[in-house]
Amino acid sequence: MKIDHFYKASSIEDAYEVLTKNSKNAIIAGGAWMRLSSKEIDTAIDLSELGMDKVVVEDDFIIIGAMTTLHSVESNQDILQLGNGILSQAIHKIMGITIRNLATIGGSVIGKYGFSDILTPLLVLDTTLEFYRKGKISLEEFLDSKDKEPDILINILLKKQNTKGYFYKMKKNSLDFAVVNVAVSNTNGDYKIAVGARPSITHLAKEAMHFMNQQKVISDVVILEAVEIAMNEYKFGSNSRASEEYRKQIAAVYVQRGLNEVTR
Amino acid sequence: MKIKVKVNGYHKTFDVNPDEYLLDTLRANEYLSVKKGCDNSSCGVCTVLFDGKPVPSCSLLSMKADGHEITTVEGIQKDAERLSEYFGEEGADQCGYCNPSMALTVFALKKEIKDPTDEQIKDYLVGNLCRCTGYQSQHIAIKKYLGDDQL
Amino acid sequence: MKVVNHELPSIDGKGLMMGRPAYTDDLAERNSLIVKVLRSPHPYAKIIKIDCTKARALEGVELVLTYEDFERRPFTRAGQGYPEPSPHDKFVLDQFVRYVGDEAAVVAAIDAKIADEALTLIDIEYEVLEPILDFEKAFENPIVIHPEPEIHDMFPIGFEPLKNVAASYHMEVGNVAKSLSDCEVVLEHSFYTQAQAHAMMEPHTVNARIDYQNRLMLYTSTQTPFHVRRIISQVLDYPLSKIRVIKPRVGGGFGGKQAIHGEILVSAVTLRTGKPSKMVFTRKEVFESSYSRHPMRLDIKLGADKDGTLKAIDCFVLSDTGAYGEHALTVFMVAGSKVLPLYNKVDSVRFHGNVVYTNHTPAGAYRGYGAIQGNFALESAIDMLCEKLQMDPIEFRQKNMILEGETSPIFAIMGEGTEGTAMFMESCKLDYCVTRGLELLDWKHKYPRKPLDNNKVKGVGMAIAMQGSGIPYIDMAAATIKLNDDGFYNLLIGATDIGQGSDTILAQIAAEALGTTLDKVIVYSSDSDLTPFDTGAYASSTTYVSGNAVLKAAKDMRKMIVEEGAKALGVDVSEIEYDGIVIKTKDTEMTLKQLSNRLYYNEDQKQLTSTNSYVGTKSPPPFMAGFVEVDVDTLTGEVEIVEYVSVVDCGTTINPMLARGQVEGGIVQGIGMAVYEEVLYNKKGTLITNDFLNYKIPTRLEVKKLTTEFAVSYEEAGPFGAKSVGEIGIDTPPAALANAIYNAVGVRITSLPITPEKILKGLNEKRGQENGK
Repeated sequence: MKIDHFYKASSIEDAYEVLTKNSKNAIIAGGAWMRLSSKEIDTAIDLSELGMDKVVVEDDFIIIGAMTTLHSVESNQDILQLGNGILSQAIHKIMGITIRNLATIGGSVIGKYGFSDILTPLLVLDTTLEFYRKGKISLEEFLDSKDKEPDILINILLKKQNTKGYFYKMKKNSLDFAVVNVAVSNTNGDYKIAVGARPSITHLAKEAMHFMNQQKVISDVVILEAVEIAMNEYKFGSNSRASEEYRKQIAAVYVQRGLNEVTR
Repeated sequence: MKIKVKVNGYHKTFDVNPDEYLLDTLRANEYLSVKKGCDNSSCGVCTVLFDGKPVPSCSLLSMKADGHEITTVEGIQKDAERLSEYFGEEGADQCGYCNPSMALTVFALKKEIKDPTDEQIKDYLVGNLCRCTGYQSQHIAIKKYLGDDQL
Repeated sequence: MKVVNHELPSIDGKGLMMGRPAYTDDLAERNSLIVKVLRSPHPYAKIIKIDCTKARALEGVELVLTYEDFERRPFTRAGQGYPEPSPHDKFVLDQFVRYVGDEAAVVAAIDAKIADEALTLIDIEYEVLEPILDFEKAFENPIVIHPEPEIHDMFPIGFEPLKNVAASYHMEVGNVAKSLSDCEVVLEHSFYTQAQAHAMMEPHTVNARIDYQNRLMLYTSTQTPFHVRRIISQVLDYPLSKIRVIKPRVGGGFGGKQAIHGEILVSAVTLRTGKPSKMVFTRKEVFESSYSRHPMRLDIKLGADKDGTLKAIDCFVLSDTGAYGEHALTVFMVAGSKVLPLYNKVDSVRFHGNVVYTNHTPAGAYRGYGAIQGNFALESAIDMLCEKLQMDPIEFRQKNMILEGETSPIFAIMGEGTEGTAMFMESCKLDYCVTRGLELLDWKHKYPRKPLDNNKVKGVGMAIAMQGSGIPYIDMAAATIKLNDDGFYNLLIGATDIGQGSDTILAQIAAEALGTTLDKVIVYSSDSDLTPFDTGAYASSTTYVSGNAVLKAAKDMRKMIVEEGAKALGVDVSEIEYDGIVIKTKDTEMTLKQLSNRLYYNEDQKQLTSTNSYVGTKSPPPFMAGFVEVDVDTLTGEVEIVEYVSVVDCGTTINPMLARGQVEGGIVQGIGMAVYEEVLYNKKGTLITNDFLNYKIPTRLEVKKLTTEFAVSYEEAGPFGAKSVGEIGIDTPPAALANAIYNAVGVRITSLPITPEKILKGLNEKRGQENGK
């Protein structure tokens, strides 16, 4: 990556103004993966000085500043409690501690990476994103949106609720990216299932979730049927990490294990 | 561009490019204990403490260090020496290239987690790769070091 | 013994952990020119135009070099005994590029940014040629990777470049075809191994300068400083006497630094500009443009009688050396010579095959050096044969494997690139290693499998292995010991510590023989001006070969001290008793400290220095048995390695703790090759697994439990009874894991690495067959 200028923003307004001045200007978050990119940036805008690196807990929401490092997020006691701590678990399995002290939650969300281990658990927790320009939108909407207008992510909001959660990352070794990742949640009978790194970007298994939500009694047979529905609505693909067939087979195993766990 | 950084307790001013990384800045300024390994924060040998937290200096823009504190192993010599004695007693040092970064990460672990379990130690250090030792002797040495009441 | 066989801390660990400058790049001149290489984006192409005008004109660029700037002088980068058993098939720069990452041009600039920019300003046009990317299609392919007429071998190695053959070999004891046809049970299978990467933490690094005596001086991260000096001299036609090569601290090698990498390029830059220059490989360059392990296909046929007597082994090997033939023949031969003698009671044995060129990253030396490939194939096949025989694989091995006092005809037939050396196994505790390993893993309660909860199954597997200790009549080492005033010593050795701890264990050998303590032996290695010759750190030679040289030099020094002591005390040598500290006669005595101070300051002044050298006349193999316990998830194919037990016979362990480090480090690298380290190319011939994000070496979380023990063993020919221990650890994991996974879930994987996906595919097929029945 080439950077011509480095600019420390004094406020979000200031950052937004610089960002919109030139299409080659960009916000840099932790900068952890910048070396991997061949992008050329005119002005790199740094938000480090804006105090956006805090987790605030309110009555109904946990509000995570976009510049909070992954390690701060995973260590937060309230986040550890939410949904059996699946967000913490997922972050904990990303690379080593050093990179998690650098990478931020905002950078991880905004990149919409297919391999992301963060988006999958966030999807099954009730997650809202707060942007400078477009305001609050759900994470789901953000992932589906094709909006390319420049904007700045300010906060990630997690709804505080009594959720049972499950997360699994299938990987080849402890420092690997996910071959596939699975998150399942149950909030008082409201089920959510997400499968990511298929290898395309994570999304919810809406039909399987709908099926689960309609059941009065959850049995092994019901779970097996839900797994089948989910596998039919997902598209899996092949890449250097795994084949389509393998991904599909292990995703099914872990969705089933997840549903078993959150209904137990 | 000029940045002001406190390195190992001393105020320093470095002249850096906007796309320069801290690893290169530090090595160019004779902090030679900071090693280059992988260029993309996946091996751990370039670890330094950034405001006390271990980070990969190969992936931290030098500009972002402006106004912050950096610690290299030159800044924690006594702790590194003590850890090296435990490594020596277990035969846990081989090529030594990753050892300064190991000392820094263990130092941070000691500050962050009290009485860590085996799994917590491994988790904390998992990003510090070693191709020589097979890890077990290192693990035993680190565990003994962390259990040393004299520290 | 007071020093040898004691668990002493390494002599350098403390300084290194405290971050003292010690490695090659720490010692570079601060104003060095930065040398960078323009690398080929094509697996096979001819450079039809290369215009460096713009790059040369860029401010800050000192030099740009292309193939037009070098004489065409073929050489091999392999750091091996000279003349080398590797083909001279490489030019410093060539008009042809033969793999993605091959060198097309070289830039030297005042900083990295300018060097990078200069690379983009080189106007280069390629005629893209059709490559060979499948090594099974390389032999006699109409595409010829090395058509150039100047290339040659140094002595016959079966080099036939027009057939894409870098080397070939054939040997047969008895009549294999006949033995096999007489056997009651025959097992036949093919095995594949991948191009494992060394992944040492310190990238290949070198720097050069012209010193004040106008000589070329290099610091380089190498395993073979003396070979590096010779090759630079030969290739650049520059006098050997004007080159000094210093090997400072090396951050890991594993065979990956047993060759020339950037040394010739920085030498050329510094000689032409007169300025210091340096090169530090990027991690991508380490993966893509140094070299890897030779991938192989091994076709094995085993024949046995129903009573479990192994009668015949037939082994055909096809080895992929990539674009250049470094170590092509020798790695190939070791796949036989350090594997087949394990089963020495057979009537007949054949080993043959070809090493072929492809347009892949070259292959070269890597810990295990063929033995790990051969071991995976043979030790997997033995378990498969046992199943056919319905015989216990432990019992089968105990019946057929080599024992102390025995020999194998292979030792005399196969050496490394040449004929071998006959030898009997004067130390071989393989039988103990097997028995002890069974106990340590509690094999009898776990073999072959135990069902667990959650659809998991536990399984155990094992393999036996052997290696060598240097190359007889070729690997040579020398040591110089200098006595100083105050009675301490310098030990000057060409032997190359690359992290394995050889400086420490060689000092232990010296201290033991001199009757002193470790702190009185100051080690310096290796510097072509200051230390005596040593072929280098490879072929498991340092403990045995360099260790013997140190031992001889220390004995000489001790003798000199006694002679000088006798003179000083005015008695005959026969009246002296000397314990390393005090020189005594019946009624008078003098300490070594007094003697040395007298020698340098007062009377009969003279310097005491001893130099001696050693070349092996045999290569006593270390042996080991490796046992592994795994838990396999039958629904996902995921494998957890619960414990790895190693019982090793390496003779006397000079430093048991450091020896254990060698074994455990080898085991974990072997585990990496067995299950994690996948090597992938895309269709265009580009290596995809070219960084640590994509190439997965084991982390500390993968290592659950390593149990390592040594057999009590003494090798008469070794220093204080020692054999080698550097490589033996890496050999068993691939076969032991393949056998354990088979024992757990009945899926036999014969192509490395053994990934969860392959296991699950096997399980699916097995379930399909069972449902079909």
